[in-house]
Amino acid sequence: MSWTLTAADLPDLARGATLLGTGGGGDPYIGRLLVASALGNGGGITMLDPDDPDDVADDALVIPTAMMGAPTIMLEKISHGREPILALRTLEDRLGEKAQATMPIECGGINSMMPLFTAAMAGLPCVDADGMGRAFPELQMETFYVYGVSSCPMSIAASDGSTIVIDTGMDAHQMEWISRGVTIRLGGASHIADYPMRGSEVKRTAIPRTISLGLRLGRCIRVAREQHRNPFEALRQELRETLYTYGVELFRGKVADVARRTEGGFVRGDVTLRGFDNDDVCEISFQNENLICRVNGTTRALVPDLISVLDVDTGEPITTEGLKFGQRVVVFAISTPASMRSPQALEIFGPQAFGLTEEFIPVEQRNPDTIPSPA
Amino acid sequence: MSAMPLNETPAIEGTPMRIGIDVGGTNTDAVYMDGNGVVAMTKTATTEDVTGGIVAALRDLDRSPGVDMSQVKAVMIGTTHFTNALVEARRLAPTAAIRLGLPATAALPPFTDWPEHLVTAMSGRPYLCHGGVEFDGRAISPLDEDEIRKAAQDMKSNGARSVAISSVFSPVSADDEIRAAEIVRSEVPDVMVSLSHEIGRIGLLERENATIINAALRELAPTILDSLAETVRAAGISGRLYLSQNDGTLMDVDFARRYPVATFASGPTNSMRGAAFLSGLADCAVVDVGGTTADVGILVKNFPREAGTEVSVAGIRTNFRMPDVISIGLGGGSIVRQDGSDGSALTIGPDSVGYRLRQEALVFGGDTLTATDVAVAAGIADVGDHGKVAHLSTELVDEARATAARMASDVVDRMRTSEDPIPVVAVGGGSFLVPDEFDVASQVYRPDHYAVANAIGAAIAQVGGEVDRVFPVEPGQRDEVVARAKEEARERAVAAGADPGTVDIIDVDEVPIAYLPGNATRIRVKAVGDLVLEG
Repeated sequence: MSWTLTAADLPDLARGATLLGTGGGGDPYIGRLLVASALGNGGGITMLDPDDPDDVADDALVIPTAMMGAPTIMLEKISHGREPILALRTLEDRLGEKAQATMPIECGGINSMMPLFTAAMAGLPCVDADGMGRAFPELQMETFYVYGVSSCPMSIAASDGSTIVIDTGMDAHQMEWISRGVTIRLGGASHIADYPMRGSEVKRTAIPRTISLGLRLGRCIRVAREQHRNPFEALRQELRETLYTYGVELFRGKVADVARRTEGGFVRGDVTLRGFDNDDVCEISFQNENLICRVNGTTRALVPDLISVLDVDTGEPITTEGLKFGQRVVVFAISTPASMRSPQALEIFGPQAFGLTEEFIPVEQRNPDTIPSPA
Repeated sequence: MSAMPLNETPAIEGTPMRIGIDVGGTNTDAVYMDGNGVVAMTKTATTEDVTGGIVAALRDLDRSPGVDMSQVKAVMIGTTHFTNALVEARRLAPTAAIRLGLPATAALPPFTDWPEHLVTAMSGRPYLCHGGVEFDGRAISPLDEDEIRKAAQDMKSNGARSVAISSVFSPVSADDEIRAAEIVRSEVPDVMVSLSHEIGRIGLLERENATIINAALRELAPTILDSLAETVRAAGISGRLYLSQNDGTLMDVDFARRYPVATFASGPTNSMRGAAFLSGLADCAVVDVGGTTADVGILVKNFPREAGTEVSVAGIRTNFRMPDVISIGLGGGSIVRQDGSDGSALTIGPDSVGYRLRQEALVFGGDTLTATDVAVAAGIADVGDHGKVAHLSTELVDEARATAARMASDVVDRMRTSEDPIPVVAVGGGSFLVPDEFDVASQVYRPDHYAVANAIGAAIAQVGGEVDRVFPVEPGQRDEVVARAKEEARERAVAAGADPGTVDIIDVDEVPIAYLPGNATRIRVKAVGDLVLEG
């Protein structure tokens, strides 16, 4: 059933989206302001349930919208405001058909907000689903692509009003490569519309209800804090009622070192944490997003499962950019839905896609003793 | 404990005398210093008009032995005048904000996400114009001079007397802000202009917000600064007047007229720097324990480590240079509780009896068990009536002291920058709660004169210069780029009044930026040096 998202939901959604950003995805702050300004005083966005045929008909055209580029740029060269609609209309013109809804391609970080901005500006509903189920660094890293939806044609819009259409057929890697280059020429950040698809394809390939998931998790952390309850236990319980099922506290300790370097336009690095009252060591490697978490040399969680770092007291998620020596944190992993762990999915965004050699084993299997037996 | 007594530092013959004043929420503190030695100090109540407290403090100093106001070459004041004006939304100038960036940035015009009453209080008027640059310095769009003239005329006819000009990526290239300022001045000659590249860092909204706040305070600045200067003169001082900035450096009155916003939050910085000076340490943790909270910060090369995150001032998001300070609810007035029923642990704070300590604490005849009572019972503090805490059990006193020690230790542990134990300087009226030894502290220092550490921090402040920009760093060019940034920071420090021979680079921070070619790197460099004081 459809539901309405209002401006009052945005702070909780931003918090949840930062958690689902698994260390990356960009600060949702600017996105939140954009949505709030588009909603003005009142009004809301109709959010559609991808599994409800009354919400999303099989033949409905859904065009996802997003931003691509460097989050730092988005904080300085803010959007004009017309770009999302421009990208959407450009793709509609190319397809010769109007979209009936937009949708996120990524539910982590700033891109949880951008389709809501599009929806508010265009007066369209937004499908409560996405193609990453978290944040990933590249546009081919989508369940849409994994399960056979073409990423193209895609459109790019810039604040100066220029638009670009890219069509590389079924080759999403090439689409990512070209659009990344175009985005740099446009100043390092752009608005895009890609993976146009039918309602039936949304049902078949998208991770459902991930905007509600972000909202639920963000709210869960806030409410736990307000009621002085353990936010991690609250998250664990909340997750049991979702497609993501398992939340696992992997480590508690202090940030002992953060090493960053740029490689091929990505920020890669390693975070080292030490236990509070013991000699345990936790290491997290990241490429924009957190990829792998090892405790005392043993791998405890691996991409595409989510690895997030949260403040030990408040449960507030912390991005890799915000990590500093001395912060007291909890490393919290979240299991991903089955469709993100299939062999085809792992080929596109599993460990090997990030140059890691380790085999993907689900976080709940790596940490069986942390999963309470069913009551 | 090895606090360095002040008087061991010999006064240098002919050393210029200086006065440091710090205006806090409760007290106005002042010191008269001879080189590195404190000759006289005072603590007076802060008055509502702020200036009254400063007058009283100067009068107190003048009456102290060894003080000769005619010998004072410089007075350094850390004041809350401007912060108060913003928080109370009083005497703010009608202010326009012109942003150069179109067609970008139109979605979120100036004053976005501001508290409505502050926009109203400064009759805030936003204008969006063309201009600004990309991250690599390419123009977003050419500056449209007619458009800026129209904006200037419009804001003039609407009564704006001060204007904030911001442009996209002005930390990379400020040309458009500078040209726009010339145009605005030629259209509206008496308008006060504040430029964002001189005030903030990358992050358009946060930098612009700080610039608008500055603009709104510009009209008030001469009134306050003239009044401070008059106060100083009336006290018989012919020396120069300086204001403390939030990063622990000084600015002269002319600079303060143009950048009043830089006075924000100088208090915590002055307190930390003063504490470090008193203990003779350049790198340490400072634990300042008051009645309600303990504030903990880290000094690196004599300067407070800065907070990396955005800071909200009066409900406005900014990216000011603020010290990274953690406050916990541990102070002399903190309430001690034993949740006895299940034998669970004793707790201290976070609530405090605060300024009512002298009525409510047991030692003063009240009926609330406070941290001060425990300290008196333990023999580490000597106030009030000891007999009123004689009934407290040794177990309770020991457990409370252990709890306070753990709280202090935890927060120092959280703030320290390496695994090594760190020297800790304990100051403030409640500093008896900091134990003499704890695991993360290599040593605990308790300097004399700690009560006026903030005024001493003001008096010893240096002047600084900073660079914060995105640089393209080609392979093999890193050292050269960093060297260039350092040189620029040095030049800025000297321009601000530093003795070139004393300028030192105190901070270099490099953050690579994702998804950009050419290894774009944001580089921040900060330089400081001693103020040139004519003897």
